[in-house]
Amino acid sequence: MSLIVENVSKRFDTKHKKTHTLDRVSLEFKKGEFICLLGPSGCGKSTLLNVIAGLEKATEGRILLGGKEVKGAGSDRAMMFQESALFPWLRVIDNVEFGMKMAGVPKEERREKALKYLKMVHLTKFQNSYVHELSGGMRQRVALARALTLDSDVLLMDEPFAALDSQTKNILQLELQQIWWETKKTIIFVTHNVEEAVLLADRVIVMAANPGRVKKEFKIQLARPRLLENVDLVYMVAEIMKELKEEVEKVAKAEYDSDWNIEKDTVLSNTSDDMGIGL
Amino acid sequence: MTIWELVYRIGVDYLEIWKSYTFPSPFAVIKTLFGLIGDNTLGIAVLASMKRIIVGYSISIVIGVIIGLTIVRYKYLDENFSALILGLQTLPSICWLPFAILWYGLGEGAIMFVIAIGSTFAISIAIESGIKNVPPLYIRAAKTMGASGIKIYWNVIIPASLPSVISGLKQGWSFAWRALMAGEMLTATVGLGQVLMVGRDLADISQVMAVMVVIIVLGLAVDKIIFGRIEANIRTKWGLDRG
Repeated sequence: MSLIVENVSKRFDTKHKKTHTLDRVSLEFKKGEFICLLGPSGCGKSTLLNVIAGLEKATEGRILLGGKEVKGAGSDRAMMFQESALFPWLRVIDNVEFGMKMAGVPKEERREKALKYLKMVHLTKFQNSYVHELSGGMRQRVALARALTLDSDVLLMDEPFAALDSQTKNILQLELQQIWWETKKTIIFVTHNVEEAVLLADRVIVMAANPGRVKKEFKIQLARPRLLENVDLVYMVAEIMKELKEEVEKVAKAEYDSDWNIEKDTVLSNTSDDMGIGL
Repeated sequence: MTIWELVYRIGVDYLEIWKSYTFPSPFAVIKTLFGLIGDNTLGIAVLASMKRIIVGYSISIVIGVIIGLTIVRYKYLDENFSALILGLQTLPSICWLPFAILWYGLGEGAIMFVIAIGSTFAISIAIESGIKNVPPLYIRAAKTMGASGIKIYWNVIIPASLPSVISGLKQGWSFAWRALMAGEMLTATVGLGQVLMVGRDLADISQVMAVMVVIIVLGLAVDKIIFGRIEANIRTKWGLDRG
């Protein structure tokens, strides 16, 4: 089941302002691919993900999943959000079972499968806890388990690790590689973190803002499991960073005063011109 | 109790600020209380009052929920009637008594109407704001898990709005309780409010005080035992009690 984004545009029109969030974006994702959508804030990467999920309607264009047009949200495209979006009135195990309950899966089968995926994210100990008793990283693990129980071919992830501390984030990134490897899902992962994108993805799609569009694609052909310390990985990060810098600068320029300049203001320089004068 | 007795002794016996029929002593109140329990006046009155409030309050829950849901569903109603409902809620429900008497006569119907109308609007406002404040993220998440329409309502919106709905119900209860007393004092032939008024008519201040104590205890009991438990249960589940 390949996923095709065909000529998708998205405009928000309000009385005061017209925003062109996505401009004729066309992409194709192969089955089992791990793709990262990377870009500065405001480039429409989250919007694109929402359109794929069916949570937002495209102004133009369409999404095809396995040849069929996507209409509305559905359990064939599981989604993870930046916040866990777990339900505080349910215990962990019931949260994991939620999707299956909606699909009308019988109780025993539900429980069994929920435990299997909780085990995959190493949280069976906490199956009877309530959400507020878990840390941020644990919540995202539960959310991942919940998304996996849907048995969807596609897993959409909207900056799922962005709110976590960096140690927790690193551990989860490594485990996500493992889980992707085991479940062979097509994963579309939105992030603004270049290292994260290079670490995880087969393909990194760099997006540009105003209007949101695909700027460049990078194939990451590095051996897995990947580690952040890997030299090749650092090289790729630098390559992508170059591409991205221009975009970041463009977005920043629109926000800051006109005298701001990415080179001038990030390089430390001595302006008094008296270097070595006392030698 | 000691302070009360002391105030009574000083005020009534020594300084003679108050006459003994304007300020009851605690012992007289307790004696009257047992008297009222002994000859079953209190039991019958409590039962009659409880019956009224349970019926009236149930009606107001049903109507309140319906109004609340309708307002959430139709934006037009929300824009045009929210202010009216808020206004109606601030109106003390006893103001409806003339209408109630005209429509239902001097009896049970009028009191129940006053009770129902007293708490209906508080409940519908709570339902409305409860549903409106459900984080959209919960609904989005449920949608991506294949839930839709009535399933989202049942499995997400209702449980997510429960904390504020419960506090609305609690507030509704206290409005209903006040409306009940006011209604009974003016029109009832049996009931706590009526026993209190009999006390007044007979210039028996201890009876008035005794009934007041009973009203406080009953109100507190329902609040703490029924609503308090439900609320505490939800709050611990959600983790709202920490910090």
